[in-house]
Amino acid sequence: MAHQCRCEKSNGEEFNLSEISDIIDRYKNYTGATIPLLQEIQKRFGYLSEDVLDYISEATGIQLSQLYGVATFYSQFSLIPVGKNVVSVCHGTACHVSGAKKITEALADELGIEEDETTHDRQFTLKSVACLGACSLAPVMRINNETYGRLTPKEAREIIRNMRSKKKTLN
Amino acid sequence: MVKGKQTRVFICTGTGCVLSGSMKVKAAFKSELKKRKISEIDIVQTGCHGFCQQGPIVVIQPEGFFYPRVSVENVPRIVEEHLVGGKVVEDLLYEDSLTNKKIPLYKDINFYKKQNRIVLKNCGLIDPEDIDDYIEHGGYKAFKKVLSEMTPEKVIEEVKASGLRGRGGAGFPTGLKWDFARKAPGDIKYIICNADEGDPGAFMDRSVLEGDPHSILEGMVIAGYAIGASEGYIYVRAEYPLAVKRLGIAVEQAKKKGFLGKNILDSSFNFNVKIKEGAGAFVCGEETALIASIEGRRGMPRIRPPFPAQSGLWGKPTNINNVETLANVAWIIVNGVDKFTSIGTEKSKGTKIFAVTGKVKNGGLVEVPMGTTLREVIFDICGGVKDDKEFKAVQIGGPSGGCLPAKFLDTSIDYESLAKTGAIVGSGGMVVMDKSSCMVDLARYFLAFTQKESCGKCAPCRIGTKRMLEMLQRMTRGESSEEEVVLLEQLAEDVKVSSLCGLGQTASNPVLTMLKYFRKEFEEHVKEGRCRAGVCSELITYVIKDNVCKGCGVCKKHCPVGAIRGEKKQPHEIDVTKCVKCGICMQHCSFDAIYVAK
Repeated sequence: MAHQCRCEKSNGEEFNLSEISDIIDRYKNYTGATIPLLQEIQKRFGYLSEDVLDYISEATGIQLSQLYGVATFYSQFSLIPVGKNVVSVCHGTACHVSGAKKITEALADELGIEEDETTHDRQFTLKSVACLGACSLAPVMRINNETYGRLTPKEAREIIRNMRSKKKTLN
Repeated sequence: MVKGKQTRVFICTGTGCVLSGSMKVKAAFKSELKKRKISEIDIVQTGCHGFCQQGPIVVIQPEGFFYPRVSVENVPRIVEEHLVGGKVVEDLLYEDSLTNKKIPLYKDINFYKKQNRIVLKNCGLIDPEDIDDYIEHGGYKAFKKVLSEMTPEKVIEEVKASGLRGRGGAGFPTGLKWDFARKAPGDIKYIICNADEGDPGAFMDRSVLEGDPHSILEGMVIAGYAIGASEGYIYVRAEYPLAVKRLGIAVEQAKKKGFLGKNILDSSFNFNVKIKEGAGAFVCGEETALIASIEGRRGMPRIRPPFPAQSGLWGKPTNINNVETLANVAWIIVNGVDKFTSIGTEKSKGTKIFAVTGKVKNGGLVEVPMGTTLREVIFDICGGVKDDKEFKAVQIGGPSGGCLPAKFLDTSIDYESLAKTGAIVGSGGMVVMDKSSCMVDLARYFLAFTQKESCGKCAPCRIGTKRMLEMLQRMTRGESSEEEVVLLEQLAEDVKVSSLCGLGQTASNPVLTMLKYFRKEFEEHVKEGRCRAGVCSELITYVIKDNVCKGCGVCKKHCPVGAIRGEKKQPHEIDVTKCVKCGICMQHCSFDAIYVAK
């Protein structure tokens, strides 16, 4: 049975699918629940794995095709594990004309990954986003909930380096 | 001189200022005041002032002394000299970029002086997390008036007479929209606030949501009363976490004060508001797609009619208004139709907020009467092009809008005049460009955005934007032809007339206006393989200056493809056959020895 299987969270920790039964219960009698339901579950696990989608479908009666349709339509949802730190480089118009492409290239080089990829140690995922709405401070990027503005490629690299060295000292 | 209770320190905690460090500044003020045992000065965190380039912004009230770019180190001086000593800290004041004069007061700064703030009136001047502050500034007065003195029909009449038009892009008359929803048969009706501000380069809605959330709630309850709805939804982008948080606080406070809930203010009117977070899809800005998303489905638009006013959310009559539109409503009710119609042009009444960004000196949010010219906004209010470079173009209306050259600077900003040029008012994004921006690249950029966001339902948009994008990609690589430029123009016209929803119908606008006004640049790309802005990487080369290069070897070390050769302490050289033009060498060079040859 699907819900007995043990799966992996984004950070590599194992989890039991029954851990999300509380979320599912809350949305049981809620019309139009699909999106907030998936949002909450993704918040807990970091991404939506096949097993998770199977389990939700079984537990809620929402067709798997519908869940999959929604999960692949909206850019917020991820079907693959993401890194502990999600680096989102803004590519809105103001950021574009202020050199967002160079920021992404510098970060890709620094992290050794391409856009939409995750580093081997699952520490960083590099993404492009449409607009963070901080256009006056372009170019901008967000790492988790922290936003950085008026970036240069050099500074973007340094921010990553600092995060990495902080991690090392913590270990 | 401590001025007692009335002296308050207003610290902007809009997204822009927070990321410039305003939370640290706030903490510094707190500890500095505590250290000096001053308890009679309040620190208030406000929403966005719109002058984000000058953040973190601190305003000392009641006089309105304006300190831009305040750092933690500046705080002890402001406390010591200004708050305690009663003397303005001259060198920390804002300096006018034209006259180089220090300007102490908020209201005298050019950026604000020439604006007319209706929607942004409270932004930066009240605490967005405190409903009492909103009420003290006249908040919910309009709603009380509506509930006690006006019939729903009367409210609709007023909004119709005001000439208010949708600020989300299309410019449809708001009163008429309300009237349709009011007259639609059915007991259950809905109000939706479209806060899915997805246009790259626009952030006025975010600032209102963060800085004055109650103005939107007030607009919604009035709209609810007018059309006969008892439930409202705010569909807000998940990318705006602060807006989501402040809306949540505002809804709770409004419930406690009895502006939301059952039998509001002892009337028979009931109204509740739910907040729905979007999940990242630009097309959800389209009404029918937004409704599908609230219902938990893929956000795909459908053919209209039926319009949402007849059959919207869960098949019930639904009225959808944009954030900025709703934020105008209370002002109109309180100040009257005549005052509102005295602002603006004949067909476009009131004000519009523009998010002026890009290569501009003093960018930010600018609210001006409709009919103001582009020149007044870009040069008089925002100080002109950054570093006094030559103005090349302004892009208005985001991916649905157009790009206009200098000859249109004296165009009046209103729905009709802008439409004549091929651009649109749109949501109000305004990106200023100098000669370092390539128009072909920008056309490609917008198409890449719309193509990615196309929902795929209708063929013209799904396939048409893809083919257009491919053509533009070839142009930026210098692999295209003059014939293809003509083909691109034709396809753009076809996609415009045959797409299902606004996304596809307007996706061609950037391409068409750029072809119309900057055709020469397209020709240079396809005929000469030249990008005059030096943006299109396939058409440029990186060169090391012999006389500047110290031969340190840093560029060589960082080149990912081994394209740089040279002996230590000797000038290096880039092998153009290997170079992938990533620019990494240039980023690492400490001597500025590497440049881009066009």
